[in-house]
Amino acid sequence: MYDENKENIVSEEYKKYLTSHKRFRLAIRVSRIVILIFIFVFWEVAANNEWIDPFIMSQPSKIYNTLTSMAKDGSLFIHTGVTVYETIIGFVIGTLLGSLIAIALWWSDFLAKILDPYLVVLNALPKTALGPIILVWIGGTTKSIIVMALLFSIVVTIINVYTAFRNCDEDKIKLLKTFGANRKQILQKVVLPSGITTIISTLKINVGLSLVGVIVGEFLVSKAGLGYLIIYGGQVFKMDLVMSSVLILAIVAAVLYLSVLWIEKRVLKMM
Amino acid sequence: MDKVVDVVDVSMNYHTLEGETQAIRKLNFSIANGEFVSIVGPSGCGKSTLLSLISGIIMPTSGKIFVNGKEVTGPSPSVGYMLQKDHLFEWRTILKNVTIGLEIQGKLNKENQEFVEKLLKEYGLYEFRNYYPKQLSGGMRQRVALIRTLATKPDILLLDEPFSALDYQTKIAISEEVWLILKKEKKTAILVTHDLAEAISMSDRIIVLTKRPAEIKSIHNIQLTCDFRTPITCREAPEFRVYFNKIWKELDVHV
Repeated sequence: MYDENKENIVSEEYKKYLTSHKRFRLAIRVSRIVILIFIFVFWEVAANNEWIDPFIMSQPSKIYNTLTSMAKDGSLFIHTGVTVYETIIGFVIGTLLGSLIAIALWWSDFLAKILDPYLVVLNALPKTALGPIILVWIGGTTKSIIVMALLFSIVVTIINVYTAFRNCDEDKIKLLKTFGANRKQILQKVVLPSGITTIISTLKINVGLSLVGVIVGEFLVSKAGLGYLIIYGGQVFKMDLVMSSVLILAIVAAVLYLSVLWIEKRVLKMM
Repeated sequence: MDKVVDVVDVSMNYHTLEGETQAIRKLNFSIANGEFVSIVGPSGCGKSTLLSLISGIIMPTSGKIFVNGKEVTGPSPSVGYMLQKDHLFEWRTILKNVTIGLEIQGKLNKENQEFVEKLLKEYGLYEFRNYYPKQLSGGMRQRVALIRTLATKPDILLLDEPFSALDYQTKIAISEEVWLILKKEKKTAILVTHDLAEAISMSDRIIVLTKRPAEIKSIHNIQLTCDFRTPITCREAPEFRVYFNKIWKELDVHV
């Protein structure tokens, strides 16, 4: 009954608009999948017909074989797990520590002014250059890798979150002051909650940066993880292993990003 | 104690690297209990600074301000401040927005909670207490802002152009409403505004300030002949136009 009524209300034109919109979205989705399939099929055919050298280019069937054998002996899950674990730890510590430092900078304008040039230089400095130093200082352990992940994300976090705090509406702060609010209350009641959207959007950047840090760290430490597999595979010319690891890494990156997106939606809904 | 606010020889200078700006010079006036006083003056003459001084969020360079006979040394619960925009916090419900002042002053007890609910009921916002600010119209939001100010039970309300962000019709309606609420709650009010008609229609007294550094140019006691005086009805009083022209000339506006 209800549906019939609704259909009566919806005009022909609107229906047309809706179907054309649906068709457009479907076309985009199909095209995406077709491109992916085309790349893999072309890659496979080209390798089989020796248009490209499968020894240096690898090929989908070999990647599949590598992945299944790695899945059988469990190494696939161990290395992926190590990378994901390190990324999450680095990401969480980087975000929390970065936000805490941003709060300290907001609290003390004096401190913020002093540290400003240091932050600018640290931000511009390619963090990869610090890798060997950290390796020597901390040693070839998981700790070094996490510190690398931290370094990649923390400076951006500090700068973005601090800027968000600074952009908090002066009049909103004034309003709280008229009620006699102290600095801690101003932070709690207005600066933090109004900065939360920015903090969350930095999460999206941070998770990617942390992953970069982890891979660079694994290149250097060379013990476990997808970064280790890639560097090891490259050194012994096992291109199947390298390609397989990169493929897994792409999936890991996508899943991490989507998880943060999901958290963002959840938090924004709560507000 | 009849004088609720007493401003004595107050001067205020601002310091920046470019130099020193004298915002207010040797200001003297007082406001009686229950009075509605408007302050008008050229743009940038230090009207808002004056309200900030009375509220105690900034201190004068020299001179003293007394509220209820006590010298102002910082923000006090007996003074409520209403800003140009409603500044409701989007992440809080209406009820939570209204109680933020009590929360900050550590007075969010059962009695005050009930008082706030009573205010919300009285001014037609109780059904909306669990809504978020973005679900409310501009006029309703400004009413919420007023209740937020009243929640901490101040004796004096400082109104810093509280209607200027509203469209014209809403502005007239809301200023009427706010005026009625303030009279009913028997509050003393100081209104800073650019809108002369608004000032005349709402006030018992209008203080005209000179351009910077602000000094008192003149004070007008507004007496309008109309039966039930409210801001809207008194706009029809014959004296309305006379006051308007007089104050307009004093403001000496050149564009």
